[in-house]
Amino acid sequence: MSTVQRNMSLTGEPPKTITTQQKIATLLGMSGLLMLLLASLNVDFPNKTLWFILSLLAITLGIIWFARAAYTAKHEGIKNDGVWFKSISSRGYLGWLTAISLTGFYIVLYFYPQFLGLSKEGSNTGLIAFFDPLSTLLSGNPASQWFVYGTLYTLAIFSFGIKFIWKYRHNRYERLRTWSVMFFQTAFAFLIPEFMARLNSDSFSLPYYDLKNIWPLNYYNFEQYRIDSFISAGDVGLALLLFGIVSIFIITPILTYKYGKRWYCSWVCGCGGLAETAGDSFRQLSDKTMNAWKIERWVVHSVLVFVVVMTTAVVHSYLGDDASAYWLTKDLFLISVAVFLTLLFAGIWFFKRNELKKDARYGAIGYLVIVLVLIGMHFTSGKTLFLFEAETLRKSYGFLIGAIFSGVIGTGFYPIFGSRVWCRFGCPMAAILGLQQRLFSKFRITTNGGQCISCGNCSTYCEMGIDVRTYAQKGENIVRASCVGCGICSAVCPRGVLKLENGPLENRIAPNEILLGNDVDLMNYVHKN
Amino acid sequence: MEHIVIIGNGISGVTAARHIRKLSDKKITIISAETDHFFSRTALMYIYMGHMKYEHTKPYEDYFWKKNNIELRRGFVKKVLPETKEIVFSEGDTMPFDTLIIAVGSKSNMFGWPGQDLKGVQGLYSFQDLEALEKYAPNNKICQRAVIVGGGLIGIELAEMLSTRKIPVTFLVREDSFWNGVLPQGESEMLNRHIRSHRIDLRLSSNLKEILSDENGQVRAVVVEETGEEIPCNVVGLTAGVSPNIDFLKDSGIALGRGVKVDRFLETNFKDIYAIGDCAEQHQPIGNRRPIEAVWYTGRMMGETVAQTICGNKSQYNPGHWFNSAKFFDIEYQTYGWVFSEKKDYEAHFHWKHEDDTKCITIAYHKESGVFLGINTFGIRMKHEVFDRWLTEKRSLDYIIEHLIEANFDPEFYTHFEKEILSAYNNQPVIA
Repeated sequence: MSTVQRNMSLTGEPPKTITTQQKIATLLGMSGLLMLLLASLNVDFPNKTLWFILSLLAITLGIIWFARAAYTAKHEGIKNDGVWFKSISSRGYLGWLTAISLTGFYIVLYFYPQFLGLSKEGSNTGLIAFFDPLSTLLSGNPASQWFVYGTLYTLAIFSFGIKFIWKYRHNRYERLRTWSVMFFQTAFAFLIPEFMARLNSDSFSLPYYDLKNIWPLNYYNFEQYRIDSFISAGDVGLALLLFGIVSIFIITPILTYKYGKRWYCSWVCGCGGLAETAGDSFRQLSDKTMNAWKIERWVVHSVLVFVVVMTTAVVHSYLGDDASAYWLTKDLFLISVAVFLTLLFAGIWFFKRNELKKDARYGAIGYLVIVLVLIGMHFTSGKTLFLFEAETLRKSYGFLIGAIFSGVIGTGFYPIFGSRVWCRFGCPMAAILGLQQRLFSKFRITTNGGQCISCGNCSTYCEMGIDVRTYAQKGENIVRASCVGCGICSAVCPRGVLKLENGPLENRIAPNEILLGNDVDLMNYVHKN
Repeated sequence: MEHIVIIGNGISGVTAARHIRKLSDKKITIISAETDHFFSRTALMYIYMGHMKYEHTKPYEDYFWKKNNIELRRGFVKKVLPETKEIVFSEGDTMPFDTLIIAVGSKSNMFGWPGQDLKGVQGLYSFQDLEALEKYAPNNKICQRAVIVGGGLIGIELAEMLSTRKIPVTFLVREDSFWNGVLPQGESEMLNRHIRSHRIDLRLSSNLKEILSDENGQVRAVVVEETGEEIPCNVVGLTAGVSPNIDFLKDSGIALGRGVKVDRFLETNFKDIYAIGDCAEQHQPIGNRRPIEAVWYTGRMMGETVAQTICGNKSQYNPGHWFNSAKFFDIEYQTYGWVFSEKKDYEAHFHWKHEDDTKCITIAYHKESGVFLGINTFGIRMKHEVFDRWLTEKRSLDYIIEHLIEANFDPEFYTHFEKEILSAYNNQPVIA
């Protein structure tokens, strides 16, 4: 069955058709984007603030109106009609066009902000200057390219969040989850850091800090300029620094133990928030093959090792040697890291070895040995820690992972690879949470006896590319490191087979769950073999 | 090496093949005239609706078959020769077998209606049916109205499919309420309203008299038996049930009834020839089950059973408590145990319906003993495992109502209705 796109028409045949209202809404949204484009081209708007407000309103209302026209007149229920016929959601022409535009935007944003009007000397121009009124209102400072990005990002989560809530209005889990990501994005990622900047003065300065953005997703959190800034800001700064450490080492493990990684990935995180809202139309594009899963495991854990090595090197680079000046010296820090990693590894090996597949064992041993050998070589022969200068590692990580992977590929390629490419293949935070979710968490997706009809809706709409059906048709619980707990598999299941649950650790991964309906004696035979 | 030939690559045949492979290294060949690979038949509707592509309906990646050393052969079996242990393909070539599993499934019922062979008249069962629908009903310009004949699970699926392409649908149902041969009145009536709320022109107590042709041999209209009304349409969906697809076995010597006659070991009158799934017919019905069960789950269970027998552990087909599920537009349905629309003489029902008219349950129990017999649930997901256990334990109706929350399988944060159900139960008028 070929679904090759032969035209780029927005209307076409049902269920590809859009209504008159949706056409007007598209016009409205596009006019808002056009205003932004004109601003980037340095068109001099007479009443800049007014036009700025108009442009953002037009975009937001355009999206919301479009969604309203799409969903509210229909019955509550699953709204996937025509997903694979529509150009935008099936890698058709509109999909490619969107991917190219988004990718282009990210390249400009990360590497050529001057095209957006960023100016090293004097005041900004173009698009960035267009956002000045809002930035001044919030933080008192002129806008930067990151402010422009943050504003658009928040607007996207907000307006597509409304769309998502309408789409899944029969599903309370989805509604609550979406309100949650909308709240965390607006308050924690967008407003609070801007307000915090207001507190800054000549004598007091906090770094830009999105409190929910936890290391290692926030890979720069322990860099020297931030640590200096935290420490110089007295008690408040110190509290923030401590919060950064506590959030990864204490808060995260507790919440992940209780609820799985979903508490973060699909309820709080900004990357997840965008994927779940603006990216929702692309979730079905993720690759479900066994090969993709293999690649995913190696790549995401390699990024994790990279960020641990990079951060260790960076922190090591600015610590001192004199224990009397500050208790945490270079050597003590390195030894602590080595001891921590070894203990962590030993713990997993001792308690959970049987749950690790062969490649996971090789990977874990291999990486641990490499890291420890490099630390050892540094002590014995005084070579540069991890063979590269800390600054080189930091820069490469920021470029390769921070910009290219999470931004350009991760978001720019939504319409091609699906909405969670970054979360699945690249995010080191997701890797940590995933290890814990797989090995030590109450979370699982349970299946409903023998009711699965292997239709494939669950696998198709899994944004993380998990072949949910493989488990469901065997009546097996789904306990996968990558599952972000979005709950869509459960929502789209036409037979009520899947449920996200937190439960006891015992028998959580029940590979021999009885497929009910058949003779019990026979099932014993089936499982014995 | 023993060669096992399986005709049919649906859930029954494929389950048998997988389990035989788990238990042995016998040579296995699966033959299909329909598709190269196994796909989920129940998901055909989602391809037409654009929820999935054909690729997504395949439960196993294409490398799976080679990796598990299961040979796939695309071809149509014209004849089975049990005496010489051979099958004959439509091209004339033959294939020898040591053991044969017939798992050919069903075909749509055609009751000899005038015009049933016209272009644009079809059932909805096979991949080819889906292709035909895509050809005759790609949109509401080429297909300005479709008429569906037969009010069962496939009929309502077809209605939902067509309505996603905004094709007006007239739904002719013989019974005076949708699927009320199976569902009790309250549920069936709720579904009538739900179907109509989706702008389906539902005509109850209506039979098809004949299908009229245009000058090109394509359907032009149907005539309704009761009223004589002529309904212009471009597609007619015949969904009045399915029956075993066994025409090719007619003169084979294999005992046939409506389906392939099998004993409890799923064996036909020939040793080493088995039949499973939709096409198998039990000599004696098992419990309340029908002799032919055209259901996904029973096909799978028969596949598991026959694999045991073939691999040396002779096993009877011994299904546990009945269960099934479906989805009617937006309303999910699950059933565990037996709830009959025409109550058996020992049977009584407790029925609860939510005021929003999309959720309801019916619990069947034994009039005298109060023992729980089965439940139909609409719009509330419930746990298979729990009801299976309660049925085995022969729990009472009181117990079920009181513990209903243990069986709830709705997603987290969903509104619960157990209290409401309990209070409705307690406030029932007492019938002396």
